[in-house]
Amino acid sequence: MKISLIIGIIIIAALSLLAILAPVISRYEPAAIDQNNLLVPPSAKHLMGTDSLGRDLFSRIVFGARISLSIGIIAVGIATLIGIILGSIAGFYGGWVDSLIMRFVDLMLCFPTFFLILAVVAILEPSIFNIMIIIGLTSWMGTARLIRAEILSLKEREFIQAARAIGASNFRIILRHLIPNAIAPVLVSAILGIAGAVLVESALSFLGLGVQPPVPSWGNILIEAKSTLGIAWWLTLYPGIFILVTILGFNLIGEGLRQRI
Amino acid sequence: MHNLLRLKNLTVEFFQNKQVIPAVKEANLEIKENEIVGLVGESGSGKTITTLAITRILPSAARITSGEVIFEGIDLLKIQEEQLREVRGKKIAYIFQEPTMFLNPIKTCGFQVAEAIITHQNTDKSRTFLRFRRTSSQGKVRDKFNARKKAIELLKQVRLSSPEEIFFDYPHQLSGGMNQRVMIAQALASNPKLLIADEPTTNLDVDTEKEILDLLLDLHERIGFSCLFITHNLGLIKRLCSRVYVMYRGSIVEEGNLNKIFTTPQHEHTKALVEAFLKIGQ
Repeated sequence: MKISLIIGIIIIAALSLLAILAPVISRYEPAAIDQNNLLVPPSAKHLMGTDSLGRDLFSRIVFGARISLSIGIIAVGIATLIGIILGSIAGFYGGWVDSLIMRFVDLMLCFPTFFLILAVVAILEPSIFNIMIIIGLTSWMGTARLIRAEILSLKEREFIQAARAIGASNFRIILRHLIPNAIAPVLVSAILGIAGAVLVESALSFLGLGVQPPVPSWGNILIEAKSTLGIAWWLTLYPGIFILVTILGFNLIGEGLRQRI
Repeated sequence: MHNLLRLKNLTVEFFQNKQVIPAVKEANLEIKENEIVGLVGESGSGKTITTLAITRILPSAARITSGEVIFEGIDLLKIQEEQLREVRGKKIAYIFQEPTMFLNPIKTCGFQVAEAIITHQNTDKSRTFLRFRRTSSQGKVRDKFNARKKAIELLKQVRLSSPEEIFFDYPHQLSGGMNQRVMIAQALASNPKLLIADEPTTNLDVDTEKEILDLLLDLHERIGFSCLFITHNLGLIKRLCSRVYVMYRGSIVEEGNLNKIFTTPQHEHTKALVEAFLKIGQ
């Protein structure tokens, strides 16, 4: 196994563990304000220091990991599901169905995705739930194209003819024979997609249109740190590192898997 | 004995780049119950396309432009896809040329045999209880369990040793001959009336070929089904079939009993085939 794949898996496993065990390993409530300890630098008591309201940064980051990672994973889950459904229908049936779906994909790709998300979030209210859905609804096009291309070539293979010969329905052929054979590159793109989704969520939160305070996410920890950038370096450094390492981890896994298939 | 299958003036054409290329020209063919019929011809003469046209599983570029396919008194070209699915696999089953290519590489052999069983269990239900299509989860588990038991039984029937293990093996773990047996098991899953064997032994070595042929003959004797055996090897025809059709460039040029074909071939192509076969025999 490639060393990069192992490193990626270790990083993501560690981060996931951190997120799952957040209530156990953090000594402070992520939203607990402490007037006596404002902007304390990293120390044994506050591992990563405190922010301008005296909240413990480490607690906020591990609880933020829950929000950021789950948004990333669920958004990509939605996107992958939509992509697989539309892509396999387009690839299997071909003809005008294919043209219709693929032109819709082209149409969606024409929008500058981030601004589309901004516009939609501005109209709806920016909640965790809305963000997951919106990121998911705007990032399925690559998956759809991938799976369509795979199915276009797979459906001419002999074992699909054999499946038709035993009387399998189209639905069964798509679900049981075509999609499992086409899933490998989709998984890779999904894992790479999680990295992208985490980044989009951070950017949205940084712009104030993502996860709303006091719920912590890596993006909104960063924006709160912006005003004290000159005096409290730890407030921008640590969330930044976490975002970086997460993206790196997912990319390492994705790249490692891509080389293996 | 009456006809199980009858092809009447079946014509299949390929449509490619606005060109029409005929693949099968007005083919007429009859198969009686419990009969093994041979279909010989050189590569590209339209043998395979003819057989695929019977249950309409042709490649997307091919169309059936005229003719009739009468199976048990029903014209298969006129019925809906939905009804046709109950004929495929259940009444007419196929074994193909290259067993390893015709099995899904990422599913276990057992799954693929069980699938042939389950597919037809489900269609039965959807027809009788259209409103209660969703079976209970308990029922599903039971169906699966039964299908698995039957699949192992079938694997045993095609003389695979240790069928319980082969159930969980993937096609790439087995040899060509074993895969062909898996495919025969799959084809026999719901006791078809007609088995279409499309050069089932062409890619196997001579010993395996003999074993597979013995198996087919034995199953034919025990279970009883009609068989359309396609090959370009007259030796196999001589062993298996009672009647032969000879195909040449998309047309069926000659038809007759085994003796007649071998002793008094009429068409030039048949003569050439028989001569070549006898030469090798010497």
